[in-house]
Amino acid sequence: MNDTSKFALALGDDALTMGQRLSEWISHGPFLEEDIALANVALDFMGRARMFLSYAGELEGEGRSEDDLAFLRDTREFTNLLMFELPIGDFGQTIARQYLVDAFEAPYFEALCNSKDETIAAIAAKVVKECRYHLRRSRDWVIRLGDGTEESHQRMQDGIYEMWPYVAELFEMPEYETRLAEQGIAVDRDVLRAGWEKEVMATLAEATLSAPQDGHAIRGGREGVHTEHLGFLLSDLQFMQRAYPGLEW
Amino acid sequence: MSNRELPLFEVFVRSKRGLDHRHVGSLHAEDHEQALEYARDVYLRRSEGVSIWVVKSEDVVASQEDDVETFYEPMEEKTYRHAMEYELPPEIKNM
Repeated sequence: MNDTSKFALALGDDALTMGQRLSEWISHGPFLEEDIALANVALDFMGRARMFLSYAGELEGEGRSEDDLAFLRDTREFTNLLMFELPIGDFGQTIARQYLVDAFEAPYFEALCNSKDETIAAIAAKVVKECRYHLRRSRDWVIRLGDGTEESHQRMQDGIYEMWPYVAELFEMPEYETRLAEQGIAVDRDVLRAGWEKEVMATLAEATLSAPQDGHAIRGGREGVHTEHLGFLLSDLQFMQRAYPGLEW
Repeated sequence: MSNRELPLFEVFVRSKRGLDHRHVGSLHAEDHEQALEYARDVYLRRSEGVSIWVVKSEDVVASQEDDVETFYEPMEEKTYRHAMEYELPPEIKNM
């Protein structure tokens, strides 16, 4: 795989694992309206996964389709960031992950709209509108739950603590991505860090929540070193293709 | 969180510029802001509209079944309010 293909694959894997996780809420949402809204967000991520994985396969040039990439790779070949594969936990944990990711993605995909790779830029242009809506929703929930009842505050705070060690990975660049950023195809993630911190700290303050102070960071997703959770996620996601290879419907 | 704690909102959607907002249904939400977001997710998934109104259902004042006698029945006896009550002069062919 060339650099751009790896880059598209990584963004596709991020979207696929997040889409799969969010879809676990379907029919388990806290109430009907939120159930539908979560499913909508899940679908946005699935749509994004399809676009990036198709493009990764096309650039690779070995005839692998989006489905081949989604259903026929094992954990070590997945390059999503660890935060995206973590279990949904309770609603507080789901919202914590979503907000921390959305606060990164809205400016990230906005910057990626200027990619010199036309396909990446076109996908980013479609995705950024969805991200802005996701952020509006998840920010709203963080404030609502954080500044809500004693229990909702505690669950929201626990979610933030649970997700915090995985945040550092959002701003890391594997070598191929650094090369792509130099060519104007990818975006320097570190440039977005100050804006992200400002956004997140303001929201946490409004939500009467706090951010952990220690810098403990868990990483490895882009190199295919995952948490134990990814295997379970893939066994759900890939079951049909593994049990009935080539099955279509 | 159960729905019993969440207020009900009525949702009105304008499907195109120039048309009126029409009632499309109702939903539960914490407040107006969240109701707008849910209205987007629940009722506008297939580009059904360009503008949304949400109104708390409790703020809608509706006529009651017992009002029928005083509100609507008197009109049925006032047929002269309908154009069909009048015979057109033969000179007028199309109306």
